[in-house]
Amino acid sequence: MKKTMMGNYAASWGAQLARVQVIAAYPITPQTLIVEKLSDIVADGELDAKFIKVESEHSAMAACIGASATGARAYTATSAQGLALMHEMLHWAGLARLPIVMTNVNRAMAPGWSIWADQNDSLSQRDTGWMQIYASSAQEILDSTLIGYKVSEKVLLPTLISFDAFFLSHTMEVVDMPEIELIDKYLPPYKPDYKMDVNDPRSFGALTDEQYYYEFRYKMQKAMDEAVDIIKEAGKEYEKITGRAYGLVHPYRCEDADMILVTSGTIADTTNVAVDELRAEGKKVGNLRIRVIRPYPKKEILEVVKGVKKLAVIDRNISPGYSGIFSQELKSALYNEVDIPVRSYIAGLGGRDVKIEDIKDMANDALKNDAPNDLIWKGVKI
Amino acid sequence: MRLTIPEHEIMTPGHLACQGCGGSLAMRYALKVFGKDTMLSIPACCWAVIDGPFPYTAVNVPLFHTAFETAAIMASGIKAGLMVQGKDTTNVVAFAGDGGTFDIGIQAISGAAERNDDVTYIVYDNEAYMNTGIQRSSATPHGAWTTTTPVKHYKKGPKKNMAEIMAAHRIPYTATASVGYPEDFCKKLEKAKNTKGFKFIHVLAPCPTGWKYDPRYTIKLAKLAVQTNYFPLYEIIDGIHYKQTIKVKERKPLKEYLKYQGRFKHLLEDEVQFLQDFIDENYGLLSMKFE
Repeated sequence: MKKTMMGNYAASWGAQLARVQVIAAYPITPQTLIVEKLSDIVADGELDAKFIKVESEHSAMAACIGASATGARAYTATSAQGLALMHEMLHWAGLARLPIVMTNVNRAMAPGWSIWADQNDSLSQRDTGWMQIYASSAQEILDSTLIGYKVSEKVLLPTLISFDAFFLSHTMEVVDMPEIELIDKYLPPYKPDYKMDVNDPRSFGALTDEQYYYEFRYKMQKAMDEAVDIIKEAGKEYEKITGRAYGLVHPYRCEDADMILVTSGTIADTTNVAVDELRAEGKKVGNLRIRVIRPYPKKEILEVVKGVKKLAVIDRNISPGYSGIFSQELKSALYNEVDIPVRSYIAGLGGRDVKIEDIKDMANDALKNDAPNDLIWKGVKI
Repeated sequence: MRLTIPEHEIMTPGHLACQGCGGSLAMRYALKVFGKDTMLSIPACCWAVIDGPFPYTAVNVPLFHTAFETAAIMASGIKAGLMVQGKDTTNVVAFAGDGGTFDIGIQAISGAAERNDDVTYIVYDNEAYMNTGIQRSSATPHGAWTTTTPVKHYKKGPKKNMAEIMAAHRIPYTATASVGYPEDFCKKLEKAKNTKGFKFIHVLAPCPTGWKYDPRYTIKLAKLAVQTNYFPLYEIIDGIHYKQTIKVKERKPLKEYLKYQGRFKHLLEDEVQFLQDFIDENYGLLSMKFE
């Protein structure tokens, strides 16, 4: 069934189709619509779930952890400050190996107060043991929620699905809602091997000395490694029932490209249009959208970029004191593998619009200049 | 006298508590009453250690170790997870120290209380951050020494009145208890177990390590705290109906309670009197509410 909806509601309906059992959430712009809709869905009896209206995002994540530890499917959504407040519990969910799925509407961190698109909120949570997906359409938000649970419950790691504030959260798109019967087959009820069970009493997360902790981290890394193939399999299986394919990276016109732009989020969709226009001008440019940043798809990226003469990364985020985060990750993936110069651009922080012309400007700048550059500010007004 | 404390033991003896630990007694009684169909949420506190390191456990019921400020909401999350799976009968108990309750955890407790989530919150109060090495909390009484309120500037100002804060949420059941009165404590645990909604039990749990007393005096001090009106035992139904459960005919002088404890030994006569007056005034205000 096709429906016109905002990106936020695609997240709500994704959670409903996933038959989440416990939702714990706290309002924050621009995410609020997601949980408002879910609140309606639960109140109307359209989803058999318990909704805990918590007093903070820290508690939202804690409640999801408790529910997930009993074997229930748990969900929450947040943005920026809320995600930052959860930070401690994100580590907790990751190390407790609980398959929680969370939606994060990418919003700039304060101060100054900003409610607009920026990826620094979720990228600050990169090392918490969550798999991270960056969606670029409303359809992908819904689909990723289902794929997210599928993968999470297999590898026992939580999934964070992020997408840009307002550009995606509040814009309308036609979204195909898969039939629930198909989804029920794709995503059967969560049945963990270990959970809180009065008939098999165990202590979870007890004091762990160095004789054990090190191996816990090793196993977490193994799970991340395995997740790469499992994400691909889950994407392929999803394609069989919906016709929509999802991988870890999505290349666009990269096959014969001399230069590839590396992008994520809504900038990636705009970049596809820019690529078409640049191609029409005779410039052999492609776009590689990074959809999953944890686990990092190093092999998949190298397969696309090997042989290309130049790379240009566009980051809607920055690690102050160094550079854009996707840029750093890309360069670390290339090092020791291939020698391709990388030009790294910062654009669109705090929700500043990144238009087709802006992307073409960056691409043309990169085409003209052969020298690598770690940090180029696009359109800074100082 | 008829024994009202359940005979069976759920907690095992192989735990890591200090000699004379009031907090381990509190857990022992709590599990006796709540039974095997119980799940625990335990934040950072002495009990995060007492239960034993991975892969050991001493409580014999499922236990989720959680972050300092999340005992209450973790219990709510566990309860919600159980309810959606049709396991409504399982008791979910948050068991936390005073730091995790009076200080860092109070926001999540207030949230769970306001929503009236169907869990029991037990705070075993040893009146300071004992697990990290005796730092003051907002449960530390006026006059007490701790490592962050050394003798030169000992704790000034009263202990936070947690029971009143909980009663103000109009939760169905609030009670104070002492490990020195186990039958009274067990009756209150039983009431909590049989009441729907958010239940809060504040149990005084003397700590020989932090209070600087001989471990053999744990029960004596847990009784003296009540007999001096330092820690009156009562319950509050629906936040408004106050009932004293252990009546003290003639209160003992507070110094009877203080004199065993190294943490108070620096107090001069006038400070002891100040504390005595404060305790009497507090009790006077409370006793007006008893029905």
